Amino acid sequence: MSDAILNQAYDVQRVREDFPILARSVHARKGKPGKPLVYLDSGASAQKPRQVIQAMTRFLEEDYSNIHRGVHFLSQTATDQFEAVRTKVARFLNAPSDRCIVFTRSSTEAINLVASSYGRSFLNEGDEVILSIMEHHANIVPWQLLQAEKKIVIKVVPCDEDGVLDMDAYRDLLSDRTKLVAITHCSNVLGTVTPAKTIAKLAHERGIPVLFDGSQAVVHGTVDVQDIDADFYVFTAHKLYGPTGLGVLYGKYDLLKKMPPYQGGGDMIESVSFEGTTFKAPPSRFEAGTPPITEVIGLGAAIDYVEALGRDAIAAHEHDLLQYATQQLSQIDGLRIVGTAPGKGPIISFALEGVHPHDVGTIVDQYGVAVRVGRHCAEPLAERFDVGPTVRASFGLYNTREEADALVQSLQAVKEFFGA
Amino acid sequence: MMDDLRELYQEVILDHGKNPRNFRHPDDSNREAKGENPMCGDRFMVYLTLKDGVVDDVAFQGRGCAISTASASMMTELVRGKTAAEAETLFHAFHELCTQDEPDIPEGVDDETMEKLMVMSGVRQFPVRVKCATLAWHAMNAALHGEAAASSDQY
Repeated sequence: MSDAILNQAYDVQRVREDFPILARSVHARKGKPGKPLVYLDSGASAQKPRQVIQAMTRFLEEDYSNIHRGVHFLSQTATDQFEAVRTKVARFLNAPSDRCIVFTRSSTEAINLVASSYGRSFLNEGDEVILSIMEHHANIVPWQLLQAEKKIVIKVVPCDEDGVLDMDAYRDLLSDRTKLVAITHCSNVLGTVTPAKTIAKLAHERGIPVLFDGSQAVVHGTVDVQDIDADFYVFTAHKLYGPTGLGVLYGKYDLLKKMPPYQGGGDMIESVSFEGTTFKAPPSRFEAGTPPITEVIGLGAAIDYVEALGRDAIAAHEHDLLQYATQQLSQIDGLRIVGTAPGKGPIISFALEGVHPHDVGTIVDQYGVAVRVGRHCAEPLAERFDVGPTVRASFGLYNTREEADALVQSLQAVKEFFGA
Repeated sequence: MMDDLRELYQEVILDHGKNPRNFRHPDDSNREAKGENPMCGDRFMVYLTLKDGVVDDVAFQGRGCAISTASASMMTELVRGKTAAEAETLFHAFHELCTQDEPDIPEGVDDETMEKLMVMSGVRQFPVRVKCATLAWHAMNAALHGEAAASSDQY
């Protein structure tokens, strides 16, 4: 299919109308109109379409109750809707069963769950966990906590100058000591999409399970956990146009089944006595306490939303934006893009010679342009590219070429300001 | 809104940001403290040479944005030659200027010094940047008190 056909089918202006917040301006003052919001920070958190907001409101107004407990009408209704989203998430990831889907508070908690439950049970002193240089802190620190407790060893796969994962180094790091691989499926800084299927295949040849951090990957493409053959796969709702406070852990059922609880509490037990307590099977075993019920309903609506637009159509639109923005930004003197891997996601991190990203962020913000500045919760990566902090523009399904132009114009203003 | 930007990034700030003064590590410094902003990665070391209760020399090194670098540079110019007590008073005056709409300036700060401190006060309009402006000042104050580092969550 040609880009033209896809782009015709994808009406971004109509898509934007679904997002109430995109109509607002920022920095309005008395007597002075503000600047139209140019939101290029979806990589940090995506804005929410009316469909998600309304689904959550409707649920709260009409069907809300606690779940898995009551015999009353509303509890049944709420439980049915909640569990229907679990099924929807399973389909979204092409998981073999909704029993493989655990709701958590975040991607971070999902990784902590695996590090804590699987890691403490099956990893011992001297065992190695392989991470990559481009991990978010969420996929570094949980393993360091485990390292402190169990004296495991953390190995790090490097990347090249473009931000491509060094697969030769990965092959060399895999050994009999390796007991787990935990790698991002798409870097939140470089945009690099990692070869998940190959990563898993090489690990599986040695019987090593693999966890993927899909927080960015599920937003920008179609993910099939069976095709990848992921053992664990995590993502978060709020980057997928859904609410905050909700993450997802996919785990192969055989693995989940042999893992002990992560937290104790209600909803995860079969019976409780002071002599001993027995636990439910997964996924309930890992969902102690009342879950974020309304947020789960919101995630269901978010999945419906992106599927209705079409994940391939969204990916094509975002790819067009990435190419266009990369081309325009490359024409700015002294601008260096960090992360140029082929097939990357719509995330552009860059440094502007002579101007600190923090100053860039403050100035472009005055033009209504929202970008992230800093080290993006990936400090080792900033060290790797020796850039320190960077500016990151991340594109979502609602962004336009005009917004990429607005970014470029605001950067020209930064340069004028600093005489850079 | 561009007026706010001009006030924040005045020429003198841009100048100090690009060409920081006293950007060095003095051989004879006897106090030093680190100032770090984990959010953006700005990191400075502030070095003091205290002689008989007077700041005989003050310098800094590290990397940061224009605001934090300029503020550090201007701090070194203002603090040199002051007694430890005077330097601390300057710190409090500057902190008030950057954080309060109606700053309560401690006594003993002369008009010329106030004028120089005021240059940075445009940062008040940019709450997320206040930490940048005060970073080196916190480190200087920590060094005065013999502490190794300024607490990273201070404003």
